[in-house]
Amino acid sequence: MSILVYIENREGKFHKGAFELVSYAARIAKDTNTTVVALSIGEITKEEMSRAGTYGASKVITVNVPRLTALDNAAYTSVIEQAVSLEAATVVVLASGFTGKAIAPRLSARLKAGLVPAAVTVPVSYNPFVIRKKTFNGKALAEIQVNTAIKIITLNPNSFGLHEMPVSSEIVEFQPAFSERDFGTKVLSTDKQVGKVLLTEADIVVSGGRGMKGPENWGPIEELAGLLGAATSCSRPVADEGWRSHTEHVGQTGKVIAPILYFALGISGAIQHVAGVSSSKVIVAVNKDPEAPIFSVADYGIVGDVQKVLPELIDAVKAFKANA
Amino acid sequence: MDFEFTEEQLMIRDAARDFAQRDLIRDVLERDAGSIYPTEHVKKLAELGFLGMLVSPEYDGGGMDTISYVLAMEEISKVDASVSVIMSVNNSLVCYGIEAYGTEEQKQKYLKPLARGEKTGAFLLSEPEAGSDATSQRTTAEDKGDHYLLNGTKNWITNGNTAGTYLVIAQTHPDKKHKGINCLIVDRHSPGISVGPHEDKMGMRSSDTHSVMFTDVIVPKENRFGEDGFGFTFAMKTLEGGRIGIASQALGLASGAFERAVKYAKERKAFGTEIANHQAIAFKLADMAVKIENARNLCLKAAWLKDNSKPYGVASAMAKYYAAEIAMDVTTQAVQIHGGYGYVKEYHVERLMREAKLTQIYEGTSEIQQIVISRDILK
Amino acid sequence: MKILVCISNVPDTTTKIKLSADSKSVDTSGIQWVINPWDELALTRALELKETTGGAIEKVTVATVGTAEVEPTLRKALAIGADDAFRVDINPQDAYQVAAELTGLIKANPYDIILCGIESSDYNGSAVGGMLAELLGIASVSSVSSLSVVNGEVQLTREIDGGKETMVSSLPFTAIVQKGISLEPRIPSMRGIMTARAKPLQVVPSFGTESLTLISGFKLPAPKAACHIVDGENVKDLIRLLHEEAKVI
Repeated sequence: MSILVYIENREGKFHKGAFELVSYAARIAKDTNTTVVALSIGEITKEEMSRAGTYGASKVITVNVPRLTALDNAAYTSVIEQAVSLEAATVVVLASGFTGKAIAPRLSARLKAGLVPAAVTVPVSYNPFVIRKKTFNGKALAEIQVNTAIKIITLNPNSFGLHEMPVSSEIVEFQPAFSERDFGTKVLSTDKQVGKVLLTEADIVVSGGRGMKGPENWGPIEELAGLLGAATSCSRPVADEGWRSHTEHVGQTGKVIAPILYFALGISGAIQHVAGVSSSKVIVAVNKDPEAPIFSVADYGIVGDVQKVLPELIDAVKAFKANA
Repeated sequence: MDFEFTEEQLMIRDAARDFAQRDLIRDVLERDAGSIYPTEHVKKLAELGFLGMLVSPEYDGGGMDTISYVLAMEEISKVDASVSVIMSVNNSLVCYGIEAYGTEEQKQKYLKPLARGEKTGAFLLSEPEAGSDATSQRTTAEDKGDHYLLNGTKNWITNGNTAGTYLVIAQTHPDKKHKGINCLIVDRHSPGISVGPHEDKMGMRSSDTHSVMFTDVIVPKENRFGEDGFGFTFAMKTLEGGRIGIASQALGLASGAFERAVKYAKERKAFGTEIANHQAIAFKLADMAVKIENARNLCLKAAWLKDNSKPYGVASAMAKYYAAEIAMDVTTQAVQIHGGYGYVKEYHVERLMREAKLTQIYEGTSEIQQIVISRDILK
Repeated sequence: MKILVCISNVPDTTTKIKLSADSKSVDTSGIQWVINPWDELALTRALELKETTGGAIEKVTVATVGTAEVEPTLRKALAIGADDAFRVDINPQDAYQVAAELTGLIKANPYDIILCGIESSDYNGSAVGGMLAELLGIASVSSVSSLSVVNGEVQLTREIDGGKETMVSSLPFTAIVQKGISLEPRIPSMRGIMTARAKPLQVVPSFGTESLTLISGFKLPAPKAACHIVDGENVKDLIRLLHEEAKVI
């Protein structure tokens, strides 16, 4: 018996989200009196792998096969399926991000194992096995009961946090077997920015809306984001107007994010926008209209012209950092 | 009685709503401010088939019923009456006129492009000195044997410059009074036609309103509707249907302003609570809702009568009269509920109020509708 | 080539969600149902492909799993331009059951390209497309933001963390599509609505599948505390609160 957690390595490093997943798995392992096995695909150093032990993984399996450089949903599913069988895993945990969303459904269907996608809590009960997830774009929480022997969970980022639970961890290399049907797709080219804070994983996100008036005014947003180590994003009208790239659009039809701190600057807070950011732990809104709907979901607000408030905000952050 | 809409009618309503709320809303304020004709939107209106939705599929129309037309007109008018008037004139005056009274050749030649929306049509009745009193036409169509010679001036013509096809009401036999009037189909680009400057209007500012002058314009005889002297009857019959369009437009102006007022009343706070919680506002909203419901029912009743081939002249007059009156009333109240915000353009309701005013005036003033209704009661 | 677009209908985003008295289900009265926005974009792309590839795409079919109440959604898809439609007649309990029912349908009526929206805006599961591909034993590509057919080959772009990848896939395959796949959903035209009357909408009995999970209850999120308005003249205060009170910086 074990809890298997699939953690992504990025250019040979685990990021915070990976350790959050290990922490989450460790909590389930503790509750069910079992251990955590972490699985990583791709080249990674032993030192980096052993860091998973800090958060409670007593074994780390590494798979380093050139064919797995690019994600093929079916092939990755095969790898995890074999690890599940090898480790007699009863619960499989993945991140509810690009890779997790791609693999977890296939794994669920292959193992006939019930899936709780985008979970936001640890199991509220183990018998029956019940976990909460957000539904209707955050307007209701559903309790999902899984009745199969193996359970699969994808966890929303920033919904559990990091919890250290140091254990000594064993590192094992694993050579999975593949069948021909495993590689149905081929990546021709990759265009990827390395080293930038990922919007979907950032702790802090600074977001601009139509109140910014035009793309030429984005300098201060980037500056504030830089100071805070934050990612930048925007509302839909901003992306539609072409002021910012569509990859920055957060909202119902854009990216759904759950940072610890979200700045909504000059964003009125249409329901479609709120659907994409309502899972943020703390929301700060700056808007000139005191009736703007964003203030009904924000924790802190400033009523005022964002063009005027933003430079003051930057100065305040600089002063704060200087004193810290 | 059945008050349920069919699934198809609802789909048409939703299509109109999506078009209005997604496309028209984007630039409606700029078009209003600058009196800019909605060229791209009219193109899309044609693609979606709204410009000929009432015409039979045989003539490239949508073959939809008048109930659907009322629903679509209401949705589009909630956002932009300048666009819905183009749709109304094309459908219920021009296309309807040709389809109901035209020859097969006229339908093939003129109705099809209008139904496809490749061309728009205009209905040329009003004159500088003949508005409500349509019998005193001064534009003349002189009988020259194989053609008519058209002379005169028409006023307040919707689609006056952009239309490809005119339906022109003109006097051929002045001695016969209204029984000497004819209606002719005239190509907009015929020699001898000149179009006056764009009228700078109070509302519906992005619709294309002009005066049109005819100087010795030659119109072939085969472009006449019906027998010699049928023109006045043609115009009156066609206007009966047109009233349903304008009634639905007025309804949309009212319900559009009402929706904005409800939203605003639920958001805006005064004296520690949303203003909707103040009875002064809540009761206003209740009155507005009842008026809109009445107007909608009148529109749908007239549409139902038309769809079922029953007389609808009085019903459409009632719908047009009532809807126009309550549109003025409801839009004014919507401005009042918005307070100062209602008086600025960004909140749309002042525009809807300006537009509502026209529905009491054009395609038969409220007073003309009262005449139609009272004559029917007293006959 | 034939394209299948899997459609679900969901409450309009602006719908207020209410629970039944026992909190076991969502109160569906007064809900305005619409085509799931991502499915609608997928359908739009499928129709664009059919129109622009000069006969390479012979047919665009839509399918849904649900009871008769969801049929207006399928008829709207037909009015927008789909050639035919299937409804598998069962009220599914979870994403797996939807995928399993669709698998039965697709095995009897094969397609080359199967399109699913990345997520449905009701249960936000992001699961049907991947499960379906697995049950059919075919490839799947997730987060697809562009899809074209060139000389019988399917070319894709998928959005990965921090960038994008261009790819090809063997056929048949499932694309799980997201924003970008097409610009704007189409509005049905009068002609489309008229011709939809004559298009086939087949109701297929359930394939007797079972679900893997169930929803044991719902909860409404705790109401959010009122927004703390900070004086615009004193922005420093905001930073202090974020540090001392919220402890997020």
